[in-house]
Amino acid sequence: MNTVRQLDRVVIRFAGDSGDGMQLTGDRFTAETAKLGNDLSTLPNYPAEIRAPAGTLPGVSSFQIHFADSDILTPGDEPEVLVAMNPAALKANLRDLKSSGVIIVNTDEFTKRNLSKVGYAANPLEDGSLDDYQVIEVPLTSLTIGALEEYEIGKKDAARSKNMFALGVLSWMYSRSTEVTEDFLRKKFAKKPEIAEANIAALRSGWNYGETAESFAVQYEIPPATLPAGTYRNITGNTALAWGVIAAGVASDLPVFLGAYPITPASDILHELSRHKKFGVTTMQAEDEIAAAGAALGASYGGALGITTSSGPGVALKSETISLGVSLELPLIVIDVQRAGPSTGMPTKTEQADLLMAMFGRHGEAPIAVLAPQSPSDCFDAMLEAARMALRYRTPVMLLSDGYIANGAEPWRLPDMESLPDLSVDFATEPNATDDAGEPAFLPFLRDPDTLARPWAVPGTPGLQHRIGGIEKADKTGDISYDPANHDHMVRTRAAKIAGIPVPDLEVDDPDGDGEILVLGWGSTWGPIGAAVRGLRERGITIARAHLRYLNPMPANLGEVLDRYDKVVVPEMNLGQLALLLRGSFPGTDVVGYNKVRGLPFTSTELQDALEEVIKNG
Amino acid sequence: MADAVKLDAPKLKARDFKSDQEVRWCPGCGDYAILAAVQSFLPELGLEREKIAFVSGIGCSSRFPYYLNTYGMHSIHGRAPAIATGLATSRPDLSVWVVTGDGDALSIGGNHLIHALRRNVNLKILLFNNRIYGLTKGQYSPTSEPGKLTKSSPVGSVDAPFNPLSLALGSEATFVARTLDSDRAHLQQVLRAAAEHEGSAFVEIYQNCPIFNDDAFEVLKSPDTREAALIRLEDGEPIRFGADGGERVVVQSGYGLEVKDAAEVDAADVVVHKESVDDPAYAFALTRLSGTELDHTPIGVFRNVKKPTYDAQVRTQVEHATAGVDRKEALERLLGSGDTWTVL
Repeated sequence: MNTVRQLDRVVIRFAGDSGDGMQLTGDRFTAETAKLGNDLSTLPNYPAEIRAPAGTLPGVSSFQIHFADSDILTPGDEPEVLVAMNPAALKANLRDLKSSGVIIVNTDEFTKRNLSKVGYAANPLEDGSLDDYQVIEVPLTSLTIGALEEYEIGKKDAARSKNMFALGVLSWMYSRSTEVTEDFLRKKFAKKPEIAEANIAALRSGWNYGETAESFAVQYEIPPATLPAGTYRNITGNTALAWGVIAAGVASDLPVFLGAYPITPASDILHELSRHKKFGVTTMQAEDEIAAAGAALGASYGGALGITTSSGPGVALKSETISLGVSLELPLIVIDVQRAGPSTGMPTKTEQADLLMAMFGRHGEAPIAVLAPQSPSDCFDAMLEAARMALRYRTPVMLLSDGYIANGAEPWRLPDMESLPDLSVDFATEPNATDDAGEPAFLPFLRDPDTLARPWAVPGTPGLQHRIGGIEKADKTGDISYDPANHDHMVRTRAAKIAGIPVPDLEVDDPDGDGEILVLGWGSTWGPIGAAVRGLRERGITIARAHLRYLNPMPANLGEVLDRYDKVVVPEMNLGQLALLLRGSFPGTDVVGYNKVRGLPFTSTELQDALEEVIKNG
Repeated sequence: MADAVKLDAPKLKARDFKSDQEVRWCPGCGDYAILAAVQSFLPELGLEREKIAFVSGIGCSSRFPYYLNTYGMHSIHGRAPAIATGLATSRPDLSVWVVTGDGDALSIGGNHLIHALRRNVNLKILLFNNRIYGLTKGQYSPTSEPGKLTKSSPVGSVDAPFNPLSLALGSEATFVARTLDSDRAHLQQVLRAAAEHEGSAFVEIYQNCPIFNDDAFEVLKSPDTREAALIRLEDGEPIRFGADGGERVVVQSGYGLEVKDAAEVDAADVVVHKESVDDPAYAFALTRLSGTELDHTPIGVFRNVKKPTYDAQVRTQVEHATAGVDRKEALERLLGSGDTWTVL
């Protein structure tokens, strides 16, 4: 009889060769966990190379999941359990493992050859170097082949199912039912039922192995979390962005046109939207990043919701087109899924270093609206906000996601369709002025006095023919103008339009109301900062926190909020870009940066340490 | 323009297509002649003015949209084909025209041009080729002849030029033509054929820049030389040119074509021009009859073949998928698809 022990949270990392199916394994474990009602957060980590040489360190792919009986904010700092499918996976991930953590290893792969591939002189399973951990040795490959003997598939195919065997073991350990995954496998391999059945057999064998093998003395249970009532699903940031685009099309009742060029880590948005033409979504895989933005702007000109997606290097190429959008005053949504740069940098690793490019990376005075989602599920709402600003203010809007939230996943409470905002657009259909002769006339740059937005008259509208272009336009008429005073007026007016976009006030989380230190983040650091603040408060340390969703314009109360604190700590995955903006706009604020660019999200532990240090030093 | 309904249009006149903007090209610029020809041609489309959109890039030629009373966008250098692709794909009811130049289309925007052509987007692309950069005051362009003396090539350009029509054909263009700024009747005849073509129509217009490259095409215009140099292509007709209605002819030669004296050639061997030849090699051979010296320069429609257009195919996919779909209901279903769970 096994012991069952209750836990409140666990962090597990599955690691293996990039051909071992670790992402799928993690994904399925996540689905089982979600079904059980735990709150969770996940983080995949995979190499940029599609198939790095098997068994090598660059070829290691991993998937981390943090699940708990209460709400959680990050995929977890250190895994407590590491599933290592080969020596490379062990070597690449061991340093992250919590001391005295559990290692489940596939002993079959610990051959002399595989060990030497990653520079192990001796077998770490035998030389005592893992004595500080609880190592559970499982010959996963041979057990799987054995379990599938009666199936008419080759040894090689049978061995491939070892990830499902491992998933079975973990599912038993954490008291998860394998049913969800069994259904999934039957659907996935509907055309190859023998493969489906073999995988299911491997999965069940793993579960049974856990139950019977003496190496697994303890089974764990993590009770469901109490989350707000509703229907939930697990969602990644990229999927949430794609669905947000669809929702923006529905909410505005406009056709959607996406221009995109393949680039990591943004391509999944193109893939996802390409599957959903039924929502009136047109996707164009353009010849380059410039054309992708240009085609989207051309579609906007024609009255569609024009969107372009990319990552840093691609957004740099779109810069001139975005400036044209500023000058034409047409809606254009630019999604930048940031990655580690400059140049190719580390395409599959995360970073927040495009903020200043989003703010200023254009020629001339070319302000645009900028906002950043804070978590995978928040991408959906942030996308709707981007659409609101673009459509209402006829402006390019930059949405700054990043690799961490693009690929990370968390449970998302599905929104009520009735709660979708009304993004409907009033196209210009009638003349808006009279000319000198008293005849009706159309002035394409006569602005709405409230929003400063110009009328959007799409080609095809009778009587409103007009010409727009990148050359400076005369106020109201839009005619070519080189008049100095007019240019000054137009530059200031375009800036005032963006500065005047209403955004919600910054909310401050300061439960005691007497914090002296404020931690202020933006974008994907929301989770790690939240977890760090929670940790500090559990230890009785007072700290206030706030998170900037709107980077341009910034909330109207920001200055007043900053004034309330002695110090403002700004953690960023860059070398201090928001800090620079704050110092420029609020010179009286004592801004302290905490900056790392390791291609990885912050851990809540390091943030706790950093914040505590600031608090200690007063 | 596939779906554009030809109206019982009020009979528009050339003047109806003039905008209220003062035309600001240099005196004597070939662009004036092209503008006048286009303005007097546009009523033939039988479309209301609002159904026509001109998109241009940057350069002298790209000021064109400002002077037409249609919808128009003066965009950024080289990008007009990309922008127009977005517009044409999302708006089948419009007749979309691109106006560009040799620097705009062939240098900075080369990539967009070739991709618009190979996709066969329903765009009419008018490339004003004056073989020089005019707006930036006279640097050599990708169609300038080698050895050209300009401000940026004071001892002669060493760049090998593009033959724009060869490039277009290499890009799988379905309609390729050439005409002259000074020959209004021919220009309009070519515009007519381009407008009728479903898909990308690429029209090179030799255009004189009186300031920086004056008389670049004089050999094709001067009464003394034009008959010997200009080959007027007529569909279904043997290719003859020169004095006396055809002392010179075009015949097959090796893998290509060459010019011979009619007297030396059996009449049956004279190539009969056919726009609809599917293999672009024939039209390509025609484009190679003239070099940078313009010694034997065909004008007219080189190639005109029917292929599926990008924009229509894209729309068909979307229309097929959207038929009978309630977007809001479908969105609700999408969000709730796959693994979900309910918290009470």
